[in-house]
Amino acid sequence: MAPTVPFINFAHSRAQKEKLNTLFGLLSVQQRWLLRIVCVLGPLASNALSSADAPVTVEGTETGFPTHTINRLLKESWEEYEVIPSSNATEGEWCRRVFLDVLGRIPTTDELNVFLEDKSSERKRHLIDRLLSAKYDGTYSRNWSNVWTNILIGRSGGSERNSRTNRQGMENYLSEAFEENRPYDQMVFELLSAQGTSRPPGKNQDAPRFNGAVNFLAMKLGNNPNDPEYGAQATAKTSQIFLGLRIQCTQCHDHPFNRWKQNQFWELNAFFRQTVALRRFEGGRMIAFVELADQDFQGPTSEPEEAEIFYDKRNGVRKAAYPVFTDRSGLKTELPRSGFLVDVDRRAELARLVRSSEYLPIALVNRYWNYFFGYGFTQPFDDMGPHNVISHPELLEHLSQEFVAGGYDLKKLIRWIVLSDAYGASSRFGDKNKIDDPARGNPPLFSRFYPRQMRAEQLYDSLMIATGVDKTIGSAGQQKARRERWLRQFVIAFGTDEIDEASTFNGTIPQVLTLFNGDLMRQATSNTEGTFLQDVSSNYNLKSREKLDRLFLAALARNATMEERNWANKAFAQSEDIGTALQDIWWVILNTNEFILNH
Amino acid sequence: MAARFYKNLPCDLGMSRRHFLKHVSAGAAWAGSAAHFFTALQAEAAELKKNQKSVILLWMGGGPSTIDIWDLKPGAITGGPFMPISTSGDMQICEHLPQMAKQMHHMSIIRSMSTREADHSRGRYYMHTGFVPNPSVEHPSYGAVIAQQLESTRSDLEIPPFVSIGGNSAGPGFLGLAYAPFIVDSNGRIPNLETETPSDRWQARMNFLDKLETQFIGQQRGTAAGEHKKIIEKTNQLLTSSQMKAFQTSQESDKVRTSYGDTSFGRGCLMARRLVEVGVPFVEVDLGGWDTHSNNFNQLQTKLPEMDQAMAALIADLAARGMLDNVAVLWMGEFGRTPRINGNTGRDHWARSWSAVVGGAGFKRGITVGSTNADGTEVETTPYSSEELMATVLQSIGISLDTRYTAANGRPMKIAGGGRPIKELLT
Repeated sequence: MAPTVPFINFAHSRAQKEKLNTLFGLLSVQQRWLLRIVCVLGPLASNALSSADAPVTVEGTETGFPTHTINRLLKESWEEYEVIPSSNATEGEWCRRVFLDVLGRIPTTDELNVFLEDKSSERKRHLIDRLLSAKYDGTYSRNWSNVWTNILIGRSGGSERNSRTNRQGMENYLSEAFEENRPYDQMVFELLSAQGTSRPPGKNQDAPRFNGAVNFLAMKLGNNPNDPEYGAQATAKTSQIFLGLRIQCTQCHDHPFNRWKQNQFWELNAFFRQTVALRRFEGGRMIAFVELADQDFQGPTSEPEEAEIFYDKRNGVRKAAYPVFTDRSGLKTELPRSGFLVDVDRRAELARLVRSSEYLPIALVNRYWNYFFGYGFTQPFDDMGPHNVISHPELLEHLSQEFVAGGYDLKKLIRWIVLSDAYGASSRFGDKNKIDDPARGNPPLFSRFYPRQMRAEQLYDSLMIATGVDKTIGSAGQQKARRERWLRQFVIAFGTDEIDEASTFNGTIPQVLTLFNGDLMRQATSNTEGTFLQDVSSNYNLKSREKLDRLFLAALARNATMEERNWANKAFAQSEDIGTALQDIWWVILNTNEFILNH
Repeated sequence: MAARFYKNLPCDLGMSRRHFLKHVSAGAAWAGSAAHFFTALQAEAAELKKNQKSVILLWMGGGPSTIDIWDLKPGAITGGPFMPISTSGDMQICEHLPQMAKQMHHMSIIRSMSTREADHSRGRYYMHTGFVPNPSVEHPSYGAVIAQQLESTRSDLEIPPFVSIGGNSAGPGFLGLAYAPFIVDSNGRIPNLETETPSDRWQARMNFLDKLETQFIGQQRGTAAGEHKKIIEKTNQLLTSSQMKAFQTSQESDKVRTSYGDTSFGRGCLMARRLVEVGVPFVEVDLGGWDTHSNNFNQLQTKLPEMDQAMAALIADLAARGMLDNVAVLWMGEFGRTPRINGNTGRDHWARSWSAVVGGAGFKRGITVGSTNADGTEVETTPYSSEELMATVLQSIGISLDTRYTAANGRPMKIAGGGRPIKELLT
């Protein structure tokens, strides 16, 4: 045994143990046995984290509920691959997972306890219904507007000098849309057809015709629609994000494996040629905001009745293209060729075509599946052309149909997914699913939950929850600015025409250094008034062991094990006092793989 | 000594013992003999470092217009306004590279690069790995392969073996996060390196952390948990290392710093030299902004001087320090640019015929390999791809091309995409 100082003993102290042994000696043989049984069973029964309460049922009465179909189709594929799925995740793990994925942060200990204390067989449904209810609208919309801002304008969009997109404007539009759970097809229609200006109104600035939705296209268009490359980014991103098709290579040549040909890229591109993103300046050359507006398109030959665009084949042959939309079934919709807005509003037509496209629901379902499971039904999930095999086609089709039938309701889709058996499975391998390891390049079977690192935003917001740091510093505006500064440190933009960027928040050394020594961590582990650590540390009603449990529960959604208590005793035996020891322990817990991984 | 050598074997990364032995014999070949090789390991660190092989990649992000830089076509309709000048090597280059013109006896140009990937992310991946992107496997990049292959010769290296300055480089793929690029800016500022925690407390934290990490790994949840622990250990090692000084170019004399130029690429090149000096096997220095769809020539007139000064200073410095025989230098981007000049006086993406530049280590110097036709639109000689270029670079620092990896999915994978070296470039 390690030398222990009584006041930082996280297990029973030696004195306590001796006292217990003495009492034990006074009991009869029968009483001793009874006590032993109680001692063994007691902790099991009281440990809600591993208890088997009433088995969870999902919408028992609702037949045809999509979760049932997910369960049935995945079960069939497991049988086919001869795997047996991992057992269920613990209740704490599941709860942590759902909070991280749906709200973008871990649960508070209070939130966790509400779930653990719900003994109903429908407790999982209760939790997800709670998270999708009005009570959490703000948190839900913040998480999803973060996620979609990164999708639509990248992690760096709007933060570069003299940017043509306004990040806040984009977030404003998305928060509003997610807060009212606007149907997805309507959002896409709005993002593609938006007109107006990019910058939200501020203290000293008015914003005539502000429309945050314009920010998706504002950075991807310019002011010269006769430029041969005009709108190439708008074309590529619209296709990749909403249709699940990566067609940027077809800008210059026919795709070697894809059905998409070069002409289709430019036919899609032709829809954007009536639209300009006009920069409005203030204070010299600084862009104040961008106005997205539509105007007649003359075409390079100045014949607006027949406003074509030109592109060059690899062999140098020049071809013309007009707006034509090709849907998933191969159905082509051809617009009149006029460039006059009074004849045809190309972008509004595109918004309508994409809105009703067969690509739209499957691309979205695959994106959300990828979000909740770490892998989609194709790899990568937003490259769904015919060259890429769909791993579970029936499931994808079914969910897409249900998604459309349900009115493109994103909350419904989330609910179906998180209540599925697959989402509830443990991240541990079972005996019979060792091959289910997509990290090794095997096709994902979804017979276990694949652990993945939190996104930078999830980590930041989780640290706020776990540490109470946000309660200690500044106004809401200052907190937001701090958050953005913290997130920005991980972003690298490549400055190419494809808006490529990368995040160094990818598990490498700079990320670990931030968690070892960064300001945020220093505050989280300091004994400043108001932090979570200080609350626990200075709570005289808690025993040392309970204090330790509080820290584990807050960060990892579970209590410390006996072994962990012993390790802590041993490692921090020389600590000055329990405050210091708890500081060190808190630092360690927040630096573990168990904390950083969504498992 | 042999035992220690074996301890560092990257067996768990899939190299079989047989392949390892091949690797040793290839290593022995560059060191002169097997006896010499093992003696070298025992030699003093300073002596050892002298013979340590490294690669510096100068990455020209965006796709540089090599028809205006290394393979000019004066008079052709595609030629543009720049004129060629003579050099100290057996070739002519662009008039806006006067400093490099004096260093070209150290370098060679491959004018017959011909590839198929003409979008940025695919091209960057392909040129960094020797493989075209594949949805089911992530291939390791130059930096990861070289760091992993040379790891056993750098037992005293405390800082990351793969450093990328001013850019993201490309990832370690199935070799794992331990071989991921360590990304820094050219000022060498590494945030969050300082801690206020006293060392005894720090040690206690690390002890407890080690227990928790190991426990979670033991729960069999896949590779991510173990990767995390490796990075924790590497980071901890770096915190106390004096080798971190290599990132501080301010420690160089004014004269040296001025010679590289007061630009971020200049500081990056100088840092690269300092890093290979302490034993880092692979350094990438990025110079972006070559995506010149419009105003190609005006943009080049401001970009080329920055590149010229830093690159020339680096080569001259390596040569003066006797390091150039061990350090391979590679200059390339993801592709070249269209010979045809577009309506905005720009050039677009073009992978079919372009140039890369190599020098140092086992490369033949001062020569040109391959050629393009009169207007630069076609390669007239044997075309070379990323696989062949990578194979040649690896060979130039003594890495065996017989090395095989086993990808995470169990698939055997040839190093450098199975490319064969460009023989005429190697001594």
